[in-house]
Amino acid sequence: MKKDTRLQRIKKLFLVFFRIGAFTFGGGYAMIPLIQKEIVDENHWIDEKDVVDIFAIVQSLPGVIAINSSTFVGYRVAGLPGALAATVGVVLPAFIVISVIAYFFYDFKDIPAVAAAFEGIRAGVVALITFAVQRLWKPSVKDNIGLVLAVASFLTVVATDINSIYILLVAAILGLILRPILAKKKAA
Amino acid sequence: MNILLIFFELFITFFKIGLFTIGGGYAMIPLIQQEIIDHGWMTLAELIDIIAISEMTPGPFAVNAATFVGIKTTGLAGGLFATLGVTFPSFVIVVLVARYFTHFQNHPIVQSVLYGLRPAVIGLIASSAFLIGKAAFLNASVDFGSLFADLGRFFTETVDWKAILIFGAVIFGKYKFNIHPVLLIVISAALGVVLYGLL
Repeated sequence: MKKDTRLQRIKKLFLVFFRIGAFTFGGGYAMIPLIQKEIVDENHWIDEKDVVDIFAIVQSLPGVIAINSSTFVGYRVAGLPGALAATVGVVLPAFIVISVIAYFFYDFKDIPAVAAAFEGIRAGVVALITFAVQRLWKPSVKDNIGLVLAVASFLTVVATDINSIYILLVAAILGLILRPILAKKKAA
Repeated sequence: MNILLIFFELFITFFKIGLFTIGGGYAMIPLIQQEIIDHGWMTLAELIDIIAISEMTPGPFAVNAATFVGIKTTGLAGGLFATLGVTFPSFVIVVLVARYFTHFQNHPIVQSVLYGLRPAVIGLIASSAFLIGKAAFLNASVDFGSLFADLGRFFTETVDWKAILIFGAVIFGKYKFNIHPVLLIVISAALGVVLYGLL
């Protein structure tokens, strides 16, 4: 697959992210299982461990996380045109679906089958994200500090109203302080 | 001439919304609400509708809202300008960061920051599964006081067994057969229609 020309990669990026965009329900994180499957497993465009790094970075940036992560991966794979292909790909399904709903099916959400399907999808998304967390755990939580950070950030979101950007800020600062200390300890 | 002004207005407004979305789509509902109502593009009732619709459609809430508002005001072209607006800040910022990230990736400061961010992000992702799960598996808020008084009621009325069943089915499908997530979503939808729609 490394023999793909750049143009082929760009086309593929568009198609892959179109598919991802079409099946991401319930927020940016629901994209992760899809990215793991399509980008890491099937296309080998990025490594497993890079997935967390990418999300860690784009979460800290302004902008919609689903778009941020798509743009980032697209750029990594094929530069600026890749970023464009991925971004357009991921946004297009939502644009199309909403356009159709706006014009023809405004009462979309009141169709019983739709509400029923959604409730099913929601339960499925929980399962998929759980799986993604399990898979990403090892590359991301490597020591007790990591464990504490993970649990603390989980609890902060679940039990408080604090915006996640502050959690990330604190985590970043702690990382800046603690990692050099740990490195020194190891060297000593 | 007037319509070009509206296009510009849509683009700029949603550019602003896209730019100030930090930490998750739903956090910016107040901002969207303010901008949309200020401009008179949608009523509050319609905004609530679009939030509900957005829950059930693919894609980020921000994009859905932008498309919808744009189309409602000036048709498809309006939708396009609004969507471009909301996407633009993400695109520009991320391309810039991605461009320079490869140079700085191994810098000790970046590595230290990532050392802290990685587990925190896992916590955030896990929390999102928890919150969605809470909404999916529980029919109402759990009142812990009466929980122990009437465990029976909790397990029959409050817990949504259909959702748990679908959850289990997806876990099983992924674990045992490594079914593609896209297919699992389709299966979840089908199971949803059967369990919630027909039964």
